Amino acid sequence: MTRLATLLPGLALLAAAGLAPGIPLGIPLGIAPALAAVSDPAEMLRDPGQEERARQIGRELRCMVCQNQSIEDSDAELARDLRRIVREQVSAGRSESEVLRFVHDRYGDFVLLRPPVKPETYLLWGTPVLALGAGLVLILGMRRRRAALAGEAAAELSAAERARLDRIEMQARERRGA
Amino acid sequence: MSATTPGARPAAPRRRLLLLAPLGVAAAAGAGFFAMLRGLGTGSYDPKGVPSALLGKPAPDFALPPLEGADRPALAAADLRAAGRPVLVNFFASWCVPCVIEHPQLMKLSREGVPVLGVAYKDKPADALGFLQKHGNPYQRLGVDLPGRIAIDWGLYGVPETYLIDRGGIIRWRWAGPVTEETVAQQLRPLLKTHA
Repeated sequence: MTRLATLLPGLALLAAAGLAPGIPLGIPLGIAPALAAVSDPAEMLRDPGQEERARQIGRELRCMVCQNQSIEDSDAELARDLRRIVREQVSAGRSESEVLRFVHDRYGDFVLLRPPVKPETYLLWGTPVLALGAGLVLILGMRRRRAALAGEAAAELSAAERARLDRIEMQARERRGA
Repeated sequence: MSATTPGARPAAPRRRLLLLAPLGVAAAAGAGFFAMLRGLGTGSYDPKGVPSALLGKPAPDFALPPLEGADRPALAAADLRAAGRPVLVNFFASWCVPCVIEHPQLMKLSREGVPVLGVAYKDKPADALGFLQKHGNPYQRLGVDLPGRIAIDWGLYGVPETYLIDRGGIIRWRWAGPVTEETVAQQLRPLLKTHA
């Protein structure tokens, strides 16, 4: 419901852009990604390799203000501060796990977009396996029941039915032979 | 195919029971959501309330410059233990609206003798000074964190945020958002008593 509501303005914008291609709506739309502070050249590291590493680390970190964005995607001030710290540490030669540990020590598990595997998160990580197992059990159960039913049905043929079946089969064979 | 075989008939009651399962799941989910909504209303459930990673750990080491003109000494990590009793560390800013809301509570606590130590977060010193002149100054000590770097060492989300440090310098409580009368009565006072 709310997701639909947030989509609506975007849809309206797209519709408007489609209806009036002459109007320079494409310009603000094109600029929009550049507004995200990540693309701010002043923020980027000069070494493209280091910048790429910093981005990879940043994508693992949650923006604590917006909560559903990584710090690389967020425009929040705190996210910008954390991006700067990540870049400082990367250019100082720290490894990815060292940088992640630095932020994790301060902000806890919630800052990691990929939750760590530990007793509290076993259920979280195990749910897909559990669901798959439950599905397997269900399918096996259904199969077994169906097989039992089929066996039952075959066994339940009365003498008259069996005779009729034999007749039909014989007729079919004769027709094929002729 | 097999559904039409006469043998499938005896399983029907069980199958009908199975049809009730989604209803049961929906009912359980409904009850869960109702409990969450009620918790939101009474304040016992806060979806944004993530406990600080620093709870039970020593406060981070830091030293902040003083707020010029506020007539209060600067704030450093050693000052947290110097009081010999639990202290509050409050991050605030003049541009922060909830800070205005919580300010009377800090003033009250300060008048009662609870040491309240302030950090002006990403605030121009002149603005922070104006804020204190207008609303009163509850802070025994004041540090200025203009770049917001010390705040990140504390795991700060934003302002206002308030921490209770026990006499050993261990962080015992973190409150993100304005400290209200209820916060003081329900959370802070019991903690001040246990750590006194």
